Amino acid sequence: MPEPATPRSAARAVGPRAWFGQVLLYALFALAIGVFSHWPTYRHLAAGAALIKLSLVHAGKPLGECRERSAEELAALPPNMRAPTVCPRKRSPVTVELDIDGAPAARIAAPPSGLSGDGASAVYRRLTVPAGERLIAVRLRDDARSAGFAYTLERRVTLAPAQVLVIDFDPGAGGITLQ
Amino acid sequence: MTDHGALAQRAPRGAVLWWSRLEQRLDRAFGASRNPLRQSGTLAFLALWLLAVSGVWLYAVLDTSAAGAYASIARLSDAPWSAGGLMRSLHRYAADAFVVFTALHLLREAVHGRFQHFRRFSWLTGCALLPLVAVSAVGGFWLNWDRLGQFSATATAEWLDALPLLAQPLARNFLGAAAVSDRLFSLFVFVHLGVALLLVFGLWFHVQRITRAAVFPPRALAVGTLATLLGLCVLAPVASQGRADLGVVPALLSMDWILLFVHPLMYATSAGFTWTLTLGAFGALVALPFVPAPVRAPVAVVDPHNCNGCRRCLADCPYAAITMVPHPLPQRGAELAVVDADLCAGCGICAGACPSSTPFRSTARLVSGIDMPQFPVDALRRAVQRALRSPEPVPIIAFGCAHAADISCLAAADVLAVPLLCTAQLPPSFIEYALRNGARGVLVASCHDGGCAFRLGARWNAERLAGTREPYLRARVPRTRVLPVQADIGEESRLREALRVLRARTIAQGARAEQARPAPDA
Repeated sequence: MPEPATPRSAARAVGPRAWFGQVLLYALFALAIGVFSHWPTYRHLAAGAALIKLSLVHAGKPLGECRERSAEELAALPPNMRAPTVCPRKRSPVTVELDIDGAPAARIAAPPSGLSGDGASAVYRRLTVPAGERLIAVRLRDDARSAGFAYTLERRVTLAPAQVLVIDFDPGAGGITLQ
Repeated sequence: MTDHGALAQRAPRGAVLWWSRLEQRLDRAFGASRNPLRQSGTLAFLALWLLAVSGVWLYAVLDTSAAGAYASIARLSDAPWSAGGLMRSLHRYAADAFVVFTALHLLREAVHGRFQHFRRFSWLTGCALLPLVAVSAVGGFWLNWDRLGQFSATATAEWLDALPLLAQPLARNFLGAAAVSDRLFSLFVFVHLGVALLLVFGLWFHVQRITRAAVFPPRALAVGTLATLLGLCVLAPVASQGRADLGVVPALLSMDWILLFVHPLMYATSAGFTWTLTLGAFGALVALPFVPAPVRAPVAVVDPHNCNGCRRCLADCPYAAITMVPHPLPQRGAELAVVDADLCAGCGICAGACPSSTPFRSTARLVSGIDMPQFPVDALRRAVQRALRSPEPVPIIAFGCAHAADISCLAAADVLAVPLLCTAQLPPSFIEYALRNGARGVLVASCHDGGCAFRLGARWNAERLAGTREPYLRARVPRTRVLPVQADIGEESRLREALRVLRARTIAQGARAEQARPAPDA
């Protein structure tokens, strides 16, 4: 009576079907990696659109006036801290308004940074607009105690498709800038 | 018949069953020991080594300046089939493969519930590596500084700006060409290379609590994977997508969705949603080990009176749970095994390795040097003795792992089915003991190679039965009466087939023995 065969172990797969299976699975793996590392193409910006980046960092004016310390106040302080003038730390938020072609596009009141509210205010906003000629109007107020805008800019620009227009603030260049 | 009742095999959950069936399908093509799903962790290591080799090559040619980076890499794309071009493509595809293999590895361990108790450390250290993988992978695109790198760097900055961490938006670093300086590129280099080095260091922690950590897949699988990736490099070489220009939006991009999917997701939803999703998923992974778990299995216990410090348990423990200390009873041995309860998996492999676990000892109660309280070797011996010494002796004993195919499916009038904590809990001497005490055949079922619930149990069992690892199954034991079989969850049919073969063998051997018996005198 012949010995019955031992069940084939799955530890080592051999034979044409196994080889075919391996080739197929390696090919599927390569296909998955190859396809999803390139495809589908990603459209980040619609055709015929341009991008406006409203981005600025600017410190608002202090919320209060500086004042002189009295002689009594100075005397109460340690000798190394007797500065004659004391200023409030907290700053005004910076308010920015952006109109595109006369329509409001952004209204931002950026609070001052820092635990004491004495740091610069920062604004970063992306706006997608159709390419072409656009009327850009920007207003900036950095003093909460005044009603108007200290800095304004209005300019007609022509934006090419996919162009990036950066609206920034540079006091050395006169205030609001377009790049 | 099932006799001892010490171990109840739990029915596998749906996800485990589903995953096991998937692995078994791949077994047919690759074999269990080279199955990519079972080897997903080692394949991730292979991808990492490929990243290291190709990365060193690329770093040698990379001009790490804002103005020169693009040209230095684009030169490689001009000759895609040159060694440099291949390395550039291999670096990208190996990174994709690394993420895929890592995800498969994580999913496999999660499906099997391997994140609690003694596995908590490995799980948590693995989770900690995920952000490093993401940061290093994304940062690699910036170094090239093409349009895709520009998009990725800007998107990452805008994503980080959604967190209230910095006073000034990071995205301001990418408003214009003047903002991107060589100093910023030094930061890019750190993000990509420094974090990758941290990742390698973290991997060392990840494998700290396991012994014989496999950091390279079986050779055939490594060769196949490398050949596949190289073939992909030749057929679809990676190319740059044009020099970065911060004055123009990279509107249309050939996107690596495997590595950069988070950017399109953010623009399709919002930075806040993406952060919530990312942190939520990460938090869920980190919280998994702390979800109330089933009661932990009892850990191994050492009996100093029976431990002679032979170190076999130390050599076989898959989780580095055993250390050796000077023996408090010097007449028993020089060293004593000590079990770290936090690290012990309760698999019983140590009990199977202990030379004092032999059932041939004449003591009324078999006490081993190291044993499992929930199913000691004495209970195992009594179960076998009851089956063989009953008025109707059971001719076939089937030992099997409680985490593999359900061995109790073989229980019958002529079969004693004995589930074990792990197949390697079985001292090979039990096979000889059963055969010398009347059993006609012994079936030993284990998990597949590479699929052992306790990492090394199936391997140790196979080596012990083959006589290449102590404790050996002695050479004089007739191998025709011992049938090892590997059968995973859901593969009970393999067990039944093996039992059919063993039954047929024992019947054939019985018939031959009958024929060989001298004829009675006329």
